[in-house]
Amino acid sequence: MSEFLIRARALSVTRNGRQILRKADLDIAPGKIVTLIGPNGAGKTTLVRAVLGLIQVSEGSLEKAPGLRIGYMPQKLHIDASLPLTVGRFLALGGPPRVNLSEILQLTGIDKLVDMPIQSLSGGETQRVLLARALLRDPQLLVLDEPVQGVDVAGQSALYALINEIRNQRQCGVLLVSHDLHLVMATTDTVICLNQHVCCHGHPEQVTNDPAYLALFGDAVGALVAPQVAIYTHHHDHQHDAHGNVITLKGAHDHTAGNCGDSSGHDHHA
Amino acid sequence: MITLRATVAIPPDTITMPDFLLLALLAGIAVALVAGPLGSFAVWRRMAYFGDTLAHSALLGVTFGLLLDLNLNLAIALGCLLLALILVALQHNRFLATDTLLGILSHSTLALGLVCVSAFSESRIDLLAYLFGDILSVSRGDVISIWMISLAVLGALIWLWRPLLAITVHEELAQVEGVPVTRVRTALMLLMALVIAIAMKVVGVLLITALLIIPAAASRRLSRTPEQMAVIASLLGITAVLAGLGASYLWDSPAGPAIVLSATSLFGLTLLKKQQV
Repeated sequence: MSEFLIRARALSVTRNGRQILRKADLDIAPGKIVTLIGPNGAGKTTLVRAVLGLIQVSEGSLEKAPGLRIGYMPQKLHIDASLPLTVGRFLALGGPPRVNLSEILQLTGIDKLVDMPIQSLSGGETQRVLLARALLRDPQLLVLDEPVQGVDVAGQSALYALINEIRNQRQCGVLLVSHDLHLVMATTDTVICLNQHVCCHGHPEQVTNDPAYLALFGDAVGALVAPQVAIYTHHHDHQHDAHGNVITLKGAHDHTAGNCGDSSGHDHHA
Repeated sequence: MITLRATVAIPPDTITMPDFLLLALLAGIAVALVAGPLGSFAVWRRMAYFGDTLAHSALLGVTFGLLLDLNLNLAIALGCLLLALILVALQHNRFLATDTLLGILSHSTLALGLVCVSAFSESRIDLLAYLFGDILSVSRGDVISIWMISLAVLGALIWLWRPLLAITVHEELAQVEGVPVTRVRTALMLLMALVIAIAMKVVGVLLITALLIIPAAASRRLSRTPEQMAVIASLLGITAVLAGLGASYLWDSPAGPAIVLSATSLFGLTLLKKQQV
């Protein structure tokens, strides 16, 4: 097994003459969780699609470990109601499973859903089914696009705990896109904040007793389950204007947590 | 002749099936057979409008066939295939929504076909036969070519079944899992073009989509798996062909529309049943 699963250097993607992604670096190692955050249109999806091989990279290099097997969990699933498809059939569409099916069903807690029509599942159940389909490929890298979107808070914690358990059990790398700018999975190893370029990256802070966390979610979640969410504090030394160009802030070089700042030599005109 | 009559005695009141009706039945069954699974995909992937567009372009194929003195069946098939490829290409770099694009192509090709066909109106083409089908006039050669295409498309559908289902469920997920999505999607469009070319004989360009969509839609309430839905759609389609031709024989109603209405009646009947899955 190689040292890295994904190694991207100065990745740029241009579409219709507009640069969506600018000189982004990304490293994913086996057994590590990388969370991508950033505002809408920041290029999170573009970076993920490049990693998945769904789009062409305009510039830069994107290396993948030889024979890398990716398990992909898409953000949404729209299946026309006219297609009679049970959860079991949906799972089988990914090809013959590389791991024990019933084990995965148990792990993701969907063993009772196998004979249900896939269109009848709730948001959280659908996410678990999608995760199960990704796991059936015995992936070395799990790519999860906003896995907790549309899932209630308790469900989010459970799903994050499950993802962490999978990582610990299988030692696969995880690339996770977060729908939230500040709340990320607590066991994340690296957070990458993207706004066309990599704005900053670092470790999230644990929030067991963080007042901001408790103010947001109250004691209900914290009391029942160990918190699976952490707050990521951004430390940028720049801002973006309306066009996404970088504005450097004078005297704002506050590097308290992680390695923040501009490693990508982008244009500093505003 | 006299000796033959003497040996093979046919009671005068026995109803024998006229040859043209037998050929019509064979042709109709072949088309309904393949329209089941293909129509199911058209329903699942919401391709009804796409089918219309291809069907309308078939009329243009007729014109070109006459202009270039090609075999008409071949010209229709080529016309549909060509338009299917143009649609695939246009969908790749689209600046208009797909339904707008299809609307432009669909009606332009139909209008152009009508204009061109009228230029040949000196008795060389029967426009109504192309618009509403002329199943009662199919020849033995037609039946053989319809069966060959039908079985070939059916074989291709069986071969591509899992990748086709996979891209219907989620194209990007399928691509990450190694399905050659663009090739499979193009193959589906080409298969549909071929079936439209043979279905044109049966129900005509204006009613082809009905033959694809209605049996599949009727089959939905009767099935629990995609395969069941495809097979039941074929059976319902064949039933509609039998009923339509029967109605046409007994009451002299136009065959193509009678088949479509039979399918619609079957669909109406399935609405009485409770949804299973």
